[in-house]
Amino acid sequence: MDMEFSPEDLAFQQEVRDFIAENYPADLRDKQDEGEEMSKEDFLAWHKILYKKGWIAPAWPVEYGGTGWTPTQRFIWSEETARADCIRLMPFGLAMVGPVIYTFGTPEQKAHFLPRILSGEDWWCQGYSEPGSGSDLASLRTTAVADGDDYIVNGQKTWTTLAQHADWGFFLVRTDKEAKQQEGISFLLIDMKSPGITVRPIITLGGEHEVNEVWLEDVRVPQSQRVYDENKGWTCAKFLLAHERTGIAGVAASKRGIEKVKAIARTELDGDKPLLANAFFKRKVAELEVDLAALEFTELRSLAGPNANRGPGPESSLLKIKGSEIQQRLTELTLEAVGHYGAPYFRGFGEGDNEHPIGPDYAHRAAPTYFNMRKTTIYGGSNEIQRNIIAKMVLGL
Amino acid sequence: MDFTYTETQDMIRDTLARFLGDTYDFETRQKFINSDAGRDPAIWTALAHELGMLGAPFAEEHGGLGGGALENAIVMEELGKVIGVEPYLPTVVIAGGALKAVGGAQADAMIPEIIAGNAIIAFAYAEPQGRYDLANLRTTAKKDGAGYVLSGHKSVVYAAPWATHLLVTARTGGNARDRDGVSLFLIDANLPGIVRRDYPTVDGSRASEIYFENVAIPGDALLGGEGTGLPLIEQIVDEATVAVCAEATGVMQKLHEGTLEYTQQRKQFGVPIAKFQVLQHRMVDMFMEVEQARSMTIMGTLKLGLPANERMAAVSAAKAKVARGANFVGQNAIQTHGGIGITQELAIGHYFKRATMIEGQFGSADHHMDRYERITLAD
Repeated sequence: MDMEFSPEDLAFQQEVRDFIAENYPADLRDKQDEGEEMSKEDFLAWHKILYKKGWIAPAWPVEYGGTGWTPTQRFIWSEETARADCIRLMPFGLAMVGPVIYTFGTPEQKAHFLPRILSGEDWWCQGYSEPGSGSDLASLRTTAVADGDDYIVNGQKTWTTLAQHADWGFFLVRTDKEAKQQEGISFLLIDMKSPGITVRPIITLGGEHEVNEVWLEDVRVPQSQRVYDENKGWTCAKFLLAHERTGIAGVAASKRGIEKVKAIARTELDGDKPLLANAFFKRKVAELEVDLAALEFTELRSLAGPNANRGPGPESSLLKIKGSEIQQRLTELTLEAVGHYGAPYFRGFGEGDNEHPIGPDYAHRAAPTYFNMRKTTIYGGSNEIQRNIIAKMVLGL
Repeated sequence: MDFTYTETQDMIRDTLARFLGDTYDFETRQKFINSDAGRDPAIWTALAHELGMLGAPFAEEHGGLGGGALENAIVMEELGKVIGVEPYLPTVVIAGGALKAVGGAQADAMIPEIIAGNAIIAFAYAEPQGRYDLANLRTTAKKDGAGYVLSGHKSVVYAAPWATHLLVTARTGGNARDRDGVSLFLIDANLPGIVRRDYPTVDGSRASEIYFENVAIPGDALLGGEGTGLPLIEQIVDEATVAVCAEATGVMQKLHEGTLEYTQQRKQFGVPIAKFQVLQHRMVDMFMEVEQARSMTIMGTLKLGLPANERMAAVSAAKAKVARGANFVGQNAIQTHGGIGITQELAIGHYFKRATMIEGQFGSADHHMDRYERITLAD
């Protein structure tokens, strides 16, 4: 056991650093620095550069377009992209439906969808939650009724992230009303341009349009777009949720987040000293770093330990719980650091001038981000549900 | 010892609660906070004329109801329950408190204007470099003949876009963080040289950056002594801090009640989620925070009249406890609601936003624990 990078790893690290430095779009960097909202094109700009390089899906098997990197190389990759504050890649295709398709899909589905996920040609969204089915996902009521070679789908989904941009969605639907809850569900790929689909925005506390309601009224879906067997969709769903939970730990991004908080606390004043010199504030930053180290080494153990090749299991719930709590504490600390300038609501700023600014730029999104990130302990299976999973699956209670 | 309210105090609470129940339902509030003006001026007028509520803490000789800090706390708690944006805190509690403290001709002139609803006064005290230190001021008021010339930049002045007057802290002498040399001025909000940038705040109110660009102000704008204003400023900010604790109590109570109600309606796994013990215990913890916030608010309010050190220790104890309680209750109200708690549509998220801003208002929990320690645990 050791935690040193080999000379090959160090060379790889340098290669990654050089690549990012030479290829990351400058205008995207400016937009990020100014805290602007990202458009679909912004999200895709970096995606397309990585696709061209062949680095878009490090976690995928090589035969489907993966990089063949070792776990250490993948770790270096996520470290370096976070360190350079690269925009996050949308997980819906790359981290969610892609693995479901290459694990459970037909040869035709693999041939059609996987290359389009890699290239960024299709933007995916996730049709899981319903107004009455959140934590109790298996109680979902959207139905798919067979009609010749098709299904006719009716129902309502909610919390559908960035569905306003989506070309395709993966949906959990009920194909057998008589079966036990989990046994009557199928996993469908649906073209979001299909007649009968309506996407309606949900505005969240920071004023963002990030999530949506998706209404399906007599939507016709070819049965060839069902992944895996009819009524076996829950198998895909569980597989995908475990994948989603590992990504959710967000260690590298939180490391970057801590650096940002420290930079703010070095700029903000507390008396005649920087805020970071305040013993109370400094202790909170230090505690966050310690907790993040604990999360990081727990994740590394699962990535490079004896069970590394088994795929994500119920222990990924631990990563989700601790990772989401750390992300939230980061936003809380940022809001605390900016003091009075947490209050101005940046969407309400009219035309101004540089002589009369409204607080420092880094303060403008502090409160909306804090409000928005309350979602992390709710989505992907709430932290209460994750604790149930650990109690049952890990502790055997 | 008696912890019951008087009949008059009960009447103030009941009258105000009934009025706000009729005028301040969530949908109506959302409509006017999103309007150009950001508020409904008719409500302020009604609070003054129909309810006489703007006179709650003022003496009868000024036309008030003869109350004090407890009456302010009652009004603030009721405003908290509807996440009201009415500028009662800066106008009545803070400016009114300063005027009561200095008395004389200035009080005789302005207090009736406040009670009548004619004056709205914003409190311009915070500065970009100052954090929660009331003496950390770069704004200066330089003597100029009989008056002063005011220069500087004040941060995040709540209610400033609506204000007829500004209550301003400024340095008439001394260096940036000295206790000496600080003065308090009450000035007309529309004097030449006052530049304002207005904006909404994340908790539904309106505020401004205020830039004083060589603003000529009259000599009688000075409240209290020149250069010796800090003790008065500390006193009115302490009064404001417990008033905000009272508001927090109202906000937290609504967050808790809303959560109880929602968990009894929302079903998952075939039962109302309120049946799950993990959520029951969490709601019990929230309940205990609400009760303690109420207790600490009363404690802080009752101790406002004590000598400065005892007053400050009590107010800091109250604010530290309330800030942490507001954090806990707000976060858990959202968590227990799930996704729906994060949408703009439900009231609960808006209570959470106000609870969050209260945490830092007039000093974070850390700031107040620090002040408490310095007073009570000095070597």
